[in-house]
Amino acid sequence: MHKGLEVNLCGVTLKNPVIGASGTFGYGKEYEELYDISVMGAICSKGLTLHKKEGNSGIRTYETKGGLLNSVGLQNPGVDAFIETELDRMLSYDTVTIVNLGGGSLEEYLMGLEKLNKTKVPLIELNISCPNVKSGGMAFGIKSEVAYEVVKEAKKVSKKPLIVKLSPNAEDIVDMALSCEKAGADALSLVNTFKGMAIDIQKRKPIFDNVTAGFSGPAIKPIALRMVYEVKKAVSVPVVGIGGIVSAEDAIEFIMAGAEAVEIGSGNFMNPLLGKEIVENLEKWMNENGVSSLREIRGII
Amino acid sequence: MNYKTGLVKDVKWVNEKDHICLLTVSGDFAGDAGQFYLLRAWEEEPFLSRPISIHDREDDLIRFLFQVKGRGTALLSQLKEGDPIRLLGPLGNGFPVKETYRNVAVIGGGIGTAPLYYLLKECKRKNVRADYYAGFKTEPYLWEQYEKVAESALIATESGAFGKKGFVTEILPQEKDYDAVYLCGPEIMMKNVAAVFSDSVPVYVSMEKRMACGIGACIGCTIKTVNGYQRVCKDGPVFLREDVIFDA
Ligand SMILES: Cc1cc2nc3c(=O)[nH]c(=O)nc-3n(C[C@H](O)[C@H](O)[C@H](O)COP(=O)(O)OP(=O)(O)OC[C@H]3O[C@@H](n4cnc5c(N)ncnc54)[C@H](O)[C@@H]3O)c2cc1C
Ligand SMILES: Cc1cc2nc3c(=O)[nH]c(=O)nc-3n(C[C@H](O)[C@H](O)[C@H](O)COP(=O)(O)O)c2cc1C
Ligand code: FES
Repeated sequence: MHKGLEVNLCGVTLKNPVIGASGTFGYGKEYEELYDISVMGAICSKGLTLHKKEGNSGIRTYETKGGLLNSVGLQNPGVDAFIETELDRMLSYDTVTIVNLGGGSLEEYLMGLEKLNKTKVPLIELNISCPNVKSGGMAFGIKSEVAYEVVKEAKKVSKKPLIVKLSPNAEDIVDMALSCEKAGADALSLVNTFKGMAIDIQKRKPIFDNVTAGFSGPAIKPIALRMVYEVKKAVSVPVVGIGGIVSAEDAIEFIMAGAEAVEIGSGNFMNPLLGKEIVENLEKWMNENGVSSLREIRGII
Repeated sequence: MNYKTGLVKDVKWVNEKDHICLLTVSGDFAGDAGQFYLLRAWEEEPFLSRPISIHDREDDLIRFLFQVKGRGTALLSQLKEGDPIRLLGPLGNGFPVKETYRNVAVIGGGIGTAPLYYLLKECKRKNVRADYYAGFKTEPYLWEQYEKVAESALIATESGAFGKKGFVTEILPQEKDYDAVYLCGPEIMMKNVAAVFSDSVPVYVSMEKRMACGIGACIGCTIKTVNGYQRVCKDGPVFLREDVIFDA
């Protein structure tokens, strides 16, 4: 693989900047049945929580123009079961494993981190878009002060580098990014899904049991790109760009806007070989455009 | 499992009133009865591919029988000979047909009969006698073809235009011991039909849910089961009726 694709994320070397996004790439094994996922720069686990989560009832995925809404509700087996049944296999792939961790309370985050400290996981992505049970379900990632607290405490506990994954629903994304950086985040990734909804007009009811759902896909790309651009202008930690990426060209836009690496989410549903194709096409684009390292184009905007 | 391109061999209307289309794609596509593919014959829009069951397959072709419902199936119905189409699959578990079975019932409702043709063929190949029972609103789809591969075939229509007037439950035998029963159709129909058979008979139901990835990665296609939420695309689409907690 082209050496110029290499990325250093919090001291961990990724062979290229293309990461399978949390919740869309399963635990790697699902895509491994389709292609050799060791071509990926990294793969991110489904969002885990301290305890097993059943997930949401009703419709969970709903196609929209240019993307989809999802309301999976973080269905996962819990950190312990993940470590027992999935982690070793994920680590055995010749790519970097990132574990995505969510939580309903500060304690849950911290206990999850303690368990992950004892494993060989090289990087953790802290998902702060989860609803905070104590504050009536408002996500940790909405108010900068709340996120600051979580990240500060998480950093005290975690022995692994923390990539804090920001919600685009934050009151002020730049202020949020700065707060997380101040609290010690080793990197930031953005964006998670936008809060959206859909209505079944025949039934005169919301499509989702939860009424609202997370919106992702090509339709969000311009906003996600703008957020990555603004955040990277403000912080000095690495930023991972996420949101609507379905081609190498999309990925290059995020890198030009300052992203160290990119995550591919819903795009995997449009084309199950997308991860691999983006890696190949990135390399091709570099060769065609005389770019010998992504460093030459990173953050040039 | 593979994601590859096939060429459309033929698209024809089987029933224009109910908008039922038969799509034949050339190429070597694997799969067992009850498994499905995600079909895609467009670029970026619609965003997701469409899950359609294997209706029939041979060494160098595969067939899908589908009802035009919205954008995706409309595009599939407009394909022409020679058009490329991408297929992801075969997906899901399929109907288990054990060689030890001697008599089975295969029961479908409406477009839910689509995967049952290949199932009837598989039964025949394994020397399992399969009685076919099907219910439709007004008329059956490809009836002669199904009749040919089934041991026996009975039909009910709500209009009474074909076979017995009423629902498929009315043509089911009162006294017949089956080694297994296979169901595909609207959830309410499967629930009612399943209730006709005693608990000792394995009744397999094929479930439907909106899908994104189709390969078990997004956990977006779950149904309620006695073992918690399970993915239709990976743990199913075929489940034992006692495991499913029906919505209908
Ligand atoms: C495992 C499985 C096998 C299937 N096999 C067949 C078959 O052999 N023949 C057939 O006619 N139909 C089959 N269906 C249903 C078929 O997938 C839908 O009718 C089709 O996706 C509708 O797409 P559309 O673009 O026409 O409709 P739209 O309403 O425009 O679709 C919008 C979105 O909703 C999804 N969707 C809508 N209805 C359904 C549904 N009933 N089930 C799942 N997703 C749905 C679509 O896939 C798409 O993502 C199957 C479904 C599943 C889950
Ligand atoms: C079905 C689905 C499930 C997701 N689950 C998670 C999750 O568990 N944890 C998380 O941090 N993000 C989750 N996400 C968000 C994605 O990782 C990504 O941030 C978002 O979808 C935007 O990127 P995209 O437009 O490329 O999809 C999920 C997204 C989808 C579509
Ligand atoms: S469609 Fe993604 S898990 Fe079934």
